[in-house]
Amino acid sequence: MTETLRRTAFGALTLLLGSAPLACASAPVSSPAAVSAPAAGPERKPEPPKAAPRSEAELRKAGETPYISTYQPLPSQPVLIANATVLTAAGERIERGSVLMRDGRIAEVGAALQAPAGVVVVDGTGKWVTPGIIDAHSHLGVYPSPGVEGHQDGNEATDPDTAQVWAEHSVWPQDPQFPLALAGGITTQQILPGSANLFGGRSVTVKSVPSLGVYGMKFPGAPYGLKMACGENPARVYGGKGRAPSTRMGNVAGYRDAWIKAQKYRDEWAEYPRKAESGDDHATPPARDLQLETLSGVLDGEILVQNHCYRADEMLTMIGIAKEFGYKIAAFHHAVEAYKIADVLAANGICADVWADWWGFKMEALDGIRENAALLQKAGACVVIHSDSADGIQRLNQEAAKAMAAGNRMGVRIREEDAIRWLTINPAKSIGVDRQTGSLEPGKMADVVVWSGNPFSVYSRAEKVYVDGALVYDRNDPAHQPRTDFELGLRDGQEVRP
Amino acid sequence: MKKLAILLLALLAAVPAAAQQTVVITGATIHTLGPQGTIKNGTIVIEDGKIRAVGVSVPVPAAARRIDARGRIVTPGLFDSFSQLGLVEVDAVQDTVETHSEDDRVTAAFRAADAINPRSMLIPVNRIEGLTRLVAAPLPGRSLIAGQGAVIDLGGPGDYIVRSPAAMFATLGAGGAQLSGRSRANALLRLREALRDALDYEVHRKAYEQGDRREYSLSRLDLEALIPVARGELPLVVTVHQASDIEATLRLARELKLKLILAGAAEGWRVAARIAAAKVPVLVNPLQDLPDSFATLNATLENAARLHKAGVTVAFMTGEAHNSRNIRQAAGNAVAYGLPWEDALAAMTIVPARVWGIADRYGTLEPGKDADVVIWDGDPLELTSFPTAVFIRGREMPMTSRQIELRDRYREQKP
Repeated sequence: MTETLRRTAFGALTLLLGSAPLACASAPVSSPAAVSAPAAGPERKPEPPKAAPRSEAELRKAGETPYISTYQPLPSQPVLIANATVLTAAGERIERGSVLMRDGRIAEVGAALQAPAGVVVVDGTGKWVTPGIIDAHSHLGVYPSPGVEGHQDGNEATDPDTAQVWAEHSVWPQDPQFPLALAGGITTQQILPGSANLFGGRSVTVKSVPSLGVYGMKFPGAPYGLKMACGENPARVYGGKGRAPSTRMGNVAGYRDAWIKAQKYRDEWAEYPRKAESGDDHATPPARDLQLETLSGVLDGEILVQNHCYRADEMLTMIGIAKEFGYKIAAFHHAVEAYKIADVLAANGICADVWADWWGFKMEALDGIRENAALLQKAGACVVIHSDSADGIQRLNQEAAKAMAAGNRMGVRIREEDAIRWLTINPAKSIGVDRQTGSLEPGKMADVVVWSGNPFSVYSRAEKVYVDGALVYDRNDPAHQPRTDFELGLRDGQEVRP
Repeated sequence: MKKLAILLLALLAAVPAAAQQTVVITGATIHTLGPQGTIKNGTIVIEDGKIRAVGVSVPVPAAARRIDARGRIVTPGLFDSFSQLGLVEVDAVQDTVETHSEDDRVTAAFRAADAINPRSMLIPVNRIEGLTRLVAAPLPGRSLIAGQGAVIDLGGPGDYIVRSPAAMFATLGAGGAQLSGRSRANALLRLREALRDALDYEVHRKAYEQGDRREYSLSRLDLEALIPVARGELPLVVTVHQASDIEATLRLARELKLKLILAGAAEGWRVAARIAAAKVPVLVNPLQDLPDSFATLNATLENAARLHKAGVTVAFMTGEAHNSRNIRQAAGNAVAYGLPWEDALAAMTIVPARVWGIADRYGTLEPGKDADVVIWDGDPLELTSFPTAVFIRGREMPMTSRQIELRDRYREQKP
């Protein structure tokens, strides 16, 4: 169970096994190579027998693992979106502003740009333009629709530590939830394993493009995340099986045990080349361990900790553990009590990934309030509105609107140009891609949404979605509405009566 | 000064509910949902829990408390036609969950009204956002027949039960199949059997009690509860999504002359003409668009608009408890996907009032109706709007909740 206990109108209480993420799988197929193209097979590159074994991180850097991104931006032409209200997510709001995209990048942003020759001009009159929406907490592809037994790929709930599993090895690119998220303006999402385990495994960050394999969607250069989970879920799942952990203190012992092992593993790998180089003939390479590889990646600062954690007191404990072992927490997810420790989160540079208004479905969610995001913003913390839901990911702009309005109602002024950051540059920061995307600034990826109106209005809809400058979704043009293989003949959009 | 205030408060508290203060709201744009339509710069008079007058120039009692609502919007209180609010506090805490019965002997007999907690912490959270009434609907436990739902208002302890039973609730299609030997056909068979048994039992009560009648499929308690459903007097709400299951449910209702209401109906738009022809109302969650099961493959955000266009009576539901308040977000999305704004507001006011048989008391802002009145600081369907005042049966609700108290405790960071 990912983590939410939710009620449906159609059955009794349902433990929802994860839910939602984005992406789009259909229309133009990107490179088929994505499915079958490991970069380099071991046979093709025989290692000299004497070469020192290398860690996974080294292999990845050398492009010698099959799991690297094969993403290629879709074909695009230069586009100028003119005369729109532009929220840059770099702090600016530009009335009658323009955004110029060229070669997949943002070329220029400003008031009344002149259209260079040969550029497609999109009339933005009455429209709003924002960076593409980024969901830092998605389960699309790992908990696809339909949510049938054969699709429950998000929680490897067989051991409290499954740091060895990678979400990308579960992602089904034909999940029909991907196009729905795209239609909601999502251009990037982090897909996470569920929260049954203390260490749930690695996340994968993908862009909203159709692809046969996950590698064709994988965000180039995005760091991995490590999903960790506090609180009720691991204790319930494993306590229920009569094994550890069954309590929050059991959870903490589990984290600490694992980090101790990870430190040792990391030291051994650091030690081995030194021994070998110093001519120690008895130096033997440590055995590779997938679980500890992930944890030592965190200790090396290469893998970002994405920590599901609801309660303020538990977040404080997790910050303590991070200090004990010398790693950094990138973000607390589902941080419903973050507002109670907003200053601590701000001081530690930890993003708080929150819902606008989910609360009360379990004890640790009891104190969720709509003003969470606003109070965090007021304290100077990094605020992210995330979904954890195939429903919510389609309407993250609406979730942010509710959180923004709650702030304004209590006298914490949140402007549209602030709230847009909760959906773009801040989630980009929390998943480590803020240098590439998340704001409309020259040189960044041209991940852009044209909205029919103010994106914080319930009546506005994403009309055009560009990913790396390519028009991937257009509400008014079926040719730019990707459909997954799954949908063909099943999800018709209209009733056909012979 | 403080003492005086306390004295005043004590006096106010001592005032019997029957003699509530008269309130006059002036200057507002009033969406009456009734024959008067929308009134600009209108006045509404609330007296003795009822709406006394509505209009541009109406007689205003001298002693009334006045609320200047210039620039504001006034609507009836909102209604969620399928909620678990009042039946649950914390979903994961079993002792606080009264949404369903797991007792085989109590299925149709299960009465939500007996379990509702009018002091629930969820109620203030929801009513300060404009929700004033709802159907507390039971969910299926061990049987496809879930039990009897109630219409309640969110005014707190007192006469909060507006109508009980309001309807019998059941599930067919995939949900019914799960509870009937993994077959949708079985589910229909079982429901038909239960309803026929109820009619037989009604006629042969005495023989049954003397042990002189065949065995029935349900307990005596359940059969008693099903009699008004089988007689077509009490509505039967069936949760069903797949187009073919909707068709089968319509056939069953016609065959047995049931007073049917459909709930969910994610694929309802595909069979909209048939639903309209059968004059069966549909409770729709406008946000349900995921193909999250094979029964909902053709779910779409346009469902509400398409059903409405085909002439189907559409009322909104959330299926939520903690966030029933988000029904207006759902309504806003229905508008974004094609439903006229007025019809979206109606789908959470006057339409449910008719569907649930309480239109004589609630659903419009008309003289004589219960004063469920909300003053909004903007378009009630907008995410950024919020009520400035909420009246339930004429009583002004305190605009606070446990969540507001938490907010205010942490308004300033403490070390």
